[in-house]
Amino acid sequence: MFDFSIVFSSVLNGLTMGAVYTLIALGLTLIYGVLHIINFAHGASLMVALYGVYFLNTQAGLDPYLALPIVAPLMFVFGYFLQKGIINRASHGKDENILLVTLGISIVLENLALLFFHSDTRNIETSYTLTTVAVGPAMIALPKLFSCLGALLVSSVLIVFMNSTDLGRAIRAVAKEKAGARLMGIDVEHVYAMCFGIGLACLGAAACFLLPAFYVNPTVGNGFVLVAFTIVVLGGMGSFLGACVGGLLIGVIESVGGLFLGDSLGQVGIFVIFILVLLIRPQGLFGLKS
Amino acid sequence: MKSRRQFISEGAVAASTLAFPLIGGAQAKSVKVGIIHPVTGALAYSGQQCREGAMMAIDDINKAGGIKSLGGAKLEPLLGDAQSTPQGGSAEVEKMNEAGVSAIVGAFASAICLATTQTAAKYNLPHIVDVGVADQIVERGLKNTFRFGPGYKKCAEIAVANLHVLNTAAGKPAKTVMIIHEESLFGTGTANLLSRELPGYGYDVKEIIKHPNPSRDFSNIVLRMKQINPDIVIPANYYNEYALLVRTMQQQKVVPKAIYSVLGGAASSYKFVKEYADAANGIIDCNHWFNPKDKKALELKKRAEAKGLYFSYELFMSYTATKLLAQAIEEAKSSDRAAIIDALNKTKFSDHIMPYGPTQFVNGQNMGAQPLMTQVIKGDIKVIIPRDYREAEPIFPLNA
Repeated sequence: MFDFSIVFSSVLNGLTMGAVYTLIALGLTLIYGVLHIINFAHGASLMVALYGVYFLNTQAGLDPYLALPIVAPLMFVFGYFLQKGIINRASHGKDENILLVTLGISIVLENLALLFFHSDTRNIETSYTLTTVAVGPAMIALPKLFSCLGALLVSSVLIVFMNSTDLGRAIRAVAKEKAGARLMGIDVEHVYAMCFGIGLACLGAAACFLLPAFYVNPTVGNGFVLVAFTIVVLGGMGSFLGACVGGLLIGVIESVGGLFLGDSLGQVGIFVIFILVLLIRPQGLFGLKS
Repeated sequence: MKSRRQFISEGAVAASTLAFPLIGGAQAKSVKVGIIHPVTGALAYSGQQCREGAMMAIDDINKAGGIKSLGGAKLEPLLGDAQSTPQGGSAEVEKMNEAGVSAIVGAFASAICLATTQTAAKYNLPHIVDVGVADQIVERGLKNTFRFGPGYKKCAEIAVANLHVLNTAAGKPAKTVMIIHEESLFGTGTANLLSRELPGYGYDVKEIIKHPNPSRDFSNIVLRMKQINPDIVIPANYYNEYALLVRTMQQQKVVPKAIYSVLGGAASSYKFVKEYADAANGIIDCNHWFNPKDKKALELKKRAEAKGLYFSYELFMSYTATKLLAQAIEEAKSSDRAAIIDALNKTKFSDHIMPYGPTQFVNGQNMGAQPLMTQVIKGDIKVIIPRDYREAEPIFPLNA
């Protein structure tokens, strides 16, 4: 059996990882749950954001956390025009087309990255990369603590934004009743693009929090995208609170599962929970029954 | 007016007159060779490095006048991407066979090599394995498969024997071991061999942990390491995971008496040493390594670095494998597959940069192959064992 301190460290570690999952899943739940777009380019978009943070750090010497006000808006603009210029036009409103278009975008993005940046795995060194702080009996790496706090902060801001701004209300209205929203004078196409933009801006923020403790290469996004989809379904499609709770839950399950079952089997826990949720509560933890 | 039959026959003659000079010319001037590596997917970095090595070798061979016994025929590379999966590699072999290659060099990872060699065997297509350390690759009786480098059994035996020498010389401070390996054929096979060998020398293998590729986080493994507190940590995994593991160990301030990698993939990597100078310091690795006293090796290293590449084992192993193939074609005096296989069985290939004994293939394995032990000392990689190639005295244990 493991000491309490080890299990505690593992849970804490799961929470920090889960917070970043949350941020990635928030972007996805917005796009997937609200627009009903299964965005296969989510992982590739995360990769683009990670490269952005990487080059701002290595070329301009910008700290990854300070890069957030640059990377997140840039990702927003990227997402806005990606949706309006490509996905919307090429899909002609058909779901199966959207699926193929986003898959195509992910292939193009990954291969462009491979062409320009090669398959090299890159990471950044900061003054705090190797710093650890004591939290109770556990030692936790400072970048992970920052990423956890940052991710929770950004998630809270997004939830407040969705609940209390006109755009947030418009997004929710479009999600519930597209035709009705249009009749009320909401520019649905604009809302769609804004939604996609915000989803990708979340990835921009996630990239800033992730890179100090992780690395970037052209296929880095793939490792996160399946987990993000799981969180979205677990939490309930389109539910922000669900994505937050689901993200943290998955992080802890993965970490503790890894501790007790070994890292190879640790991820089994995620999918066991996933299947159980689908069987017992198919609408997800915080989803509404359709 | 021409009849239909007349038109077809005249057309065929015209077409063949047009086509034949092209085909005939191509046959006289070049020998097609397939270069298959995982250049996309999880193993893309290693795959790209391999491809660079093979291409540098082909450039060198062609610039030096091609295959002389074939009237200066140039090697014509056909590049294939195994997409980091065995089935991807297999599909590429099928394509290359259709394209009429004379031989294949590839495919870096053991699991991929296992598939590509088998597919190539269907067509009696000679396949030189550049890295693939799993011994099953050359133990299945495939007549087309040749590996110039050592397998993981030899590497594990040498690593454990040398660990014992180092430990005994230092007064036996190390008694317990923890093995961390990736879950595919290479890591699992290496870990199994190590866990069999180590108890024979009196070491207690406290725990063997495997992890998936890619792994996002190594905190759990390092937490277990903290609890077990092993004297020696042996990682057997690929670059990204290796780097994350060592960095997490550093964050959590876990400092064993030695990090002793077996085919670690990163400790004997200039990239790792440059990017993680502190974390890399003192790490020992038993891995493929070039002869540090060979001028040609040092020249090749300079050339690779001038191209902005790290001189990694993937690069020089593929380089050497491709040179071996060229030598075999030279000796076969033919681009015929069976003749090349025959030549590979007989070759005494010695114009290479590896620290190997005389080349002799037995059942496809070069019996002269051996790994070297390297250690990261003062920001550089130095050979510590065997004595013939030694560049620096080993430092063991690290935290004495």
